[in-house]
Amino acid sequence: MIGGLFIYNHKGEVLISRVYRDDIGRNAVDAFRVNVIHARQQVRSPVTNIARTSFLHVKRSNIWLAAATKQNVNATMVFEFLYKMCDVMAAYFGKISEENVKNNFVLIYELLDEILDFGYPQNSETGALKTFITQQGIKSQHHTKEEQSQITSQVTGQIGWRREGIKYRRNELFLDVLESVNLLMSPQGQVLSAHVSGRVVMKSYLSGMPECKFGMNDKIVIDKQGKGGGSEDVAKSGKQSIAIDDCTFHQCVRLSKFDTERSISFIPPDGDYELMRYRTTKDIILPFRVIPLVREVGRTRLEVKVVIKSNFKSSLLAQKIEVRIPTPLTTSGVQLICMKGKAKYKASENAIVWKVKRMAGMKESQISAEIELLPTNDKKKWARPPISMNFEVPFAPSGLKVRYLKVFEPKLNYSDHDVIKWVRYIGRSGIYETRC
Amino acid sequence: DTWISTQKKIHSQLSLPVYPLQENRQFGSKMTDSKYFTTTKKGEIFELKAELNSDKKEKKKEAVKKVIASMTVGKDVSALFPDVVNCMQTDNLELKKLVYLYLMNYAKSQPDMAIMAVNTFVKDCEDPNPLIRALAVRTMGCIRVDKITEYLCEPLRKCLKDEDPYVRKTAAVCVAKLHDINAQLVEDQGFLDTLKDLISDSNPMVVANAVAALSEIAESHPNSNLLDLNPQTINKLLTALNECTEWGQIFILDCLANYTPRDDRESQSICERVTPRLSHANSAVVLSAVKVLMKFMEMLPKDLDYYGTLLKKLAPPLVTLLSAEPELQYVALRNINLIVQRRPEILKHEMKVFFVKYNDPIYVKLEKLDIMIRLASQANIAQVLAELKEYATEVDVDFVRKAVRAIGRCAIKVEQSAERCVSTLLDLIQTKVNYVVQEAIVVIKDIFRKYPNKYESVIATLCENLDSLDEPEARAAMIWIVGEYAERIDNADELLESFLEGFHDESTQVQLQLLTAIVKLFLKKPTETQELVQQVLSLATQDSDNPDLRDRGYIYWRLLSTDPVAAKEVVLAEKPLISEETDLIEPTLLEELICHIGTLASVYHKPPSAFVEGSRGVQHKRLPGSAGSGESVESPDPGAAATETPPAVIPSQGDLLGDLLNLDLTPTTTTGPPPPTTSGMQMGAMDLLSGGLDSLMGDESEPLGGDIGGNPAMGAAFGAAPATMPASFNAPGSGGLDDLFDLGGGVGMPMGALNPPKAVWLPAMKAKGLEISGVFVRRAGVIQMEMTLTNKAMSVMTDFAIQFNRNSFGLAPAGPLQILTPLSPNQSIEPLNNLQVAVKNNIDVFYFSCQYPISMLFVEDGKMERQVFLATWKDIPNDNESQFQIKDCHLNSDAASNKLQSSNIFTIAKRTVEGQDMLYQSMKLTNGIWVLAELRVQAGNPNYTVSSISLKCRAPEVSQCVFQNYEAVLKN
Repeated sequence: MIGGLFIYNHKGEVLISRVYRDDIGRNAVDAFRVNVIHARQQVRSPVTNIARTSFLHVKRSNIWLAAATKQNVNATMVFEFLYKMCDVMAAYFGKISEENVKNNFVLIYELLDEILDFGYPQNSETGALKTFITQQGIKSQHHTKEEQSQITSQVTGQIGWRREGIKYRRNELFLDVLESVNLLMSPQGQVLSAHVSGRVVMKSYLSGMPECKFGMNDKIVIDKQGKGGGSEDVAKSGKQSIAIDDCTFHQCVRLSKFDTERSISFIPPDGDYELMRYRTTKDIILPFRVIPLVREVGRTRLEVKVVIKSNFKSSLLAQKIEVRIPTPLTTSGVQLICMKGKAKYKASENAIVWKVKRMAGMKESQISAEIELLPTNDKKKWARPPISMNFEVPFAPSGLKVRYLKVFEPKLNYSDHDVIKWVRYIGRSGIYETRC
Repeated sequence: DTWISTQKKIHSQLSLPVYPLQENRQFGSKMTDSKYFTTTKKGEIFELKAELNSDKKEKKKEAVKKVIASMTVGKDVSALFPDVVNCMQTDNLELKKLVYLYLMNYAKSQPDMAIMAVNTFVKDCEDPNPLIRALAVRTMGCIRVDKITEYLCEPLRKCLKDEDPYVRKTAAVCVAKLHDINAQLVEDQGFLDTLKDLISDSNPMVVANAVAALSEIAESHPNSNLLDLNPQTINKLLTALNECTEWGQIFILDCLANYTPRDDRESQSICERVTPRLSHANSAVVLSAVKVLMKFMEMLPKDLDYYGTLLKKLAPPLVTLLSAEPELQYVALRNINLIVQRRPEILKHEMKVFFVKYNDPIYVKLEKLDIMIRLASQANIAQVLAELKEYATEVDVDFVRKAVRAIGRCAIKVEQSAERCVSTLLDLIQTKVNYVVQEAIVVIKDIFRKYPNKYESVIATLCENLDSLDEPEARAAMIWIVGEYAERIDNADELLESFLEGFHDESTQVQLQLLTAIVKLFLKKPTETQELVQQVLSLATQDSDNPDLRDRGYIYWRLLSTDPVAAKEVVLAEKPLISEETDLIEPTLLEELICHIGTLASVYHKPPSAFVEGSRGVQHKRLPGSAGSGESVESPDPGAAATETPPAVIPSQGDLLGDLLNLDLTPTTTTGPPPPTTSGMQMGAMDLLSGGLDSLMGDESEPLGGDIGGNPAMGAAFGAAPATMPASFNAPGSGGLDDLFDLGGGVGMPMGALNPPKAVWLPAMKAKGLEISGVFVRRAGVIQMEMTLTNKAMSVMTDFAIQFNRNSFGLAPAGPLQILTPLSPNQSIEPLNNLQVAVKNNIDVFYFSCQYPISMLFVEDGKMERQVFLATWKDIPNDNESQFQIKDCHLNSDAASNKLQSSNIFTIAKRTVEGQDMLYQSMKLTNGIWVLAELRVQAGNPNYTVSSISLKCRAPEVSQCVFQNYEAVLKN
């Protein structure tokens, strides 16, 4: 198991150091600094073995988190834990920065004492932790006996992510379907690989212990229902359903129920959380098509023309569009002409960045650039990195639709109808690249 | 439907307000904490001391915070121990936790003072607040001071039975802590039993922590059966699995993976209950579930529908892991690499997800590339090649090199694509990027090996780049190509001569290659290159300090000067085909690593014993045996060559030969026709030690004499063991000179083989005066039975005849027993003859049984190809594996290997893990049965010890005999 956990700033100074096992000595802290943080070369692996001690690390902005161990630990678990640790810290004090870590070091020690025991991760749900790790020590003495046992039963209980007795005057929930669409396209416009990775994020402000059921246009479910109902149903819904390659759920979802009935039922945590993640590869709507044209004119000039076409309903608007066209290292000057938006050559990034604030569907826009190059003797050809694109669109490129989210709370007097529900779809670019 | 109506609100919600973070209040009040990090004044300790003893609570707390901050950055604040401990008795929980933190750090250095804290702990363990009880027991377990540990027992016992689950789950972990400090104490106090009881606790988290603690303790007691996994406990664990936290699920799944189900039905039912975990958001839960499934799947019959379903279920979650954070992707990819080797069918359609993204971290890119090559097949090769070509133009040098190498591996793996691969490589060579060119040449050499005489047209292009090659591997590859195709390259001699100029500055690899290439050239074009070959031979033998180079030089020299024809046969011999998969993990290691999916072992691709100290992780985990015998039949592996031999060795019951061979034969239904006699036996053995070889040696040593003179080591070797000379030449590439030295002393042993003394097979008492003693030997590929027949009777014996009963390996006399002269009384003869069960003479027929060492049956071509070995090993079901311990055998791996080789047991590969050598060996019996062996040699002090051996064979009945033979050979 985890033998020690260290947090460093970008210079390699220790901000937090907590040792859980006797086999991890003080020198382990320095070993990681010297061999990884101060290493001359780029980090080649997130797992490093130094003098028979294994270090597993992640980086958040310029903060390093490293777990040290001398055993054959479950490495996947350690990384998941490090991410979780980041989430918990972020939930307590916001961004993970040197400043914030130093300001909250007592809190962090208290958290580390609670969520990692002898190197074994324990309940790390923020909802539960916040009920008794408050950084207001004196107050916690005044918990009544009932309160105390409620805390402990929640921390260890089956529904460790939610406490009892939550009350809202207005029962409300927000669903965000957030998708990132990834594409790799050949210069000829052939799709080399494309997939959507999506997340359903929920903010729930519901009273009591509500039992929820979530439904979407999952092909398997709809086909199953179609079999039971009329053939009309199949024809109607068959078109809209989508094939989900795989999905994973927050621990509140009853997995065995999903496995047998493919229904998604759960008691949600209070507030923000990620209900599920999913991945699709079939029938993806690619919101934009990038058509590159690169011509080398002699040895010192390059002509680049890039056309982008929006491929969705003309009534919808895409936002925050950015096209990044890489330029050779030997670029000495760039002249740009674009019809829409603003374009700039950024020498420090070796790229032309073209920004368009908004663009409606079924439109087309283009940019042309003339790039002057310095003559060189270097035989090596320019590697031509792909043209990448960023955007945000108000629909789900996978075609996913939320069909329902039903809420039942038998003990309290509100029904599914009384809950105010909101849903929105946002499609963003993941790695959206076209080779040129 | 209300839902529909709310949907209308959707777009009005596009610009939903950003909800404020709920708990931002710390920001304001805590801004000051960072100041504790900045105090570096002189006299700091003194000031802190004063503050710690202050009357004001706030000031005290501030001071403790400062102490903790100093501790964090590595300052020694142990001097403040009494002052800090004084702050312990407080009702401020936050302060208490800080003091505890300090205690855990420094208690060990101040054990006497630490005792001061005991009272508070004991008191806190009785506190009405469960959070405080748990805190006390948790902290106490972290204080590694013997005296405190004594006081811990009573509170811990109470806490293990506490009414509050939070206290119990903390106490469960505390048992593991205590065990780490004092294992004996834990056992004596009976905590292990209490811990076992907690597996049946009503609270899932208590169960999970108890499982984690027990698993850890069990690791240091490999044989304790502490975890006592049986169907009932397994059921409890599976129930808790559905209810506990994500971390608890991981502990439980990792523990389940250690269980071996009783049969395939139990295995299936566990799998069914574990598969839902594949949809968990936590990757570690997913991978641990994959581990359980991969392991238990071994037990399912392949024709089961459920087996197919399970295979299909595994692919999507594995692919999903690739959209996790890069560090998790890396761990996932390292594991997928193992899974793909064990069960390629799972991901064979998922090639695209392993395509490299431009912004992937380099460690992800390199791993993806590895998996792409493993998944490459005829169906997807076009896509793969297009990708690889793209990668070869990227920036990162390591990645580019690997991509180029991958193109070569595709050519070798998928024959149809070879041509396209070669042209892609040529394109890359045209880019003139130095390291790309060199890498391309190295792989083209392999392509030439795989497809001889097919792509020689590209040699001209390669030669153009001769000057730019500066890496030894590339230079060696290029030289090999020139030598191999010397007859088609007009200026081959010039090219090779150009390398010769700086001969001594080259690396050994290049020198050896250059030597061989020039000898090849000479054999192909003797007339023009005599001078060149002279030059290289003298460079290698006279001016070099490198023994390998010198030895190879001498061997060539001698070959060329004595028998150019033989030299041609040796040097220009046809090369064995190269295999397509070069970096497969050894099957046993792979099996072990599959049992460690998700852990560091799977990331390093090393067994835990390679990087874990002490007793933990030394146990080697194995996959459970597969179900039924169906497995061996349907495997399409190349190992099929060995599979084809029908397992007809097993004779029908009641056959005499069962007794004869002393084999523990299990009755079986396969009563096929007797196996064909594959190896005939000859009458009259040649006496190896007398005439034949001596004269051979005489012929050869004369012209050699002069050369050998300058090299005492060589001279000694040849002098001492003349008989081995031809042997090592007949088998180029085998043990080489090692054999020569090792056999030096074995003058009395023909061929150095095991040669036991004759044993009395038939005492005279039982056979009316005829005494037969004999021995089996294998000489020159022939099994021989040497018998001494002694007439101890009073009358003359004549009319000898011999007959063998039907036997396992189909041994039969190659000719009649020829005893020309009648055997007079007390006369004994030593005819060289073959095995028999019945001997007849003029008096009677005598039956006797004799055991022959099974090594007699090992044929000379029992050396399996590496690739075939790997496949076969994998292919033979685990049930057929037998393990034996060898005691008191002090040999290092090389000596053992040499000894065994003389009995036709061939070492195919050797691997060293943590000072333990693993020898992989094969042998083939006369009736075509292959036996595969894994021999472990422990490096101990002061001697090496052959420790144990695993044997795998399709006819497991022979294993016992083979083992006995090992023992006999190794101890001889």
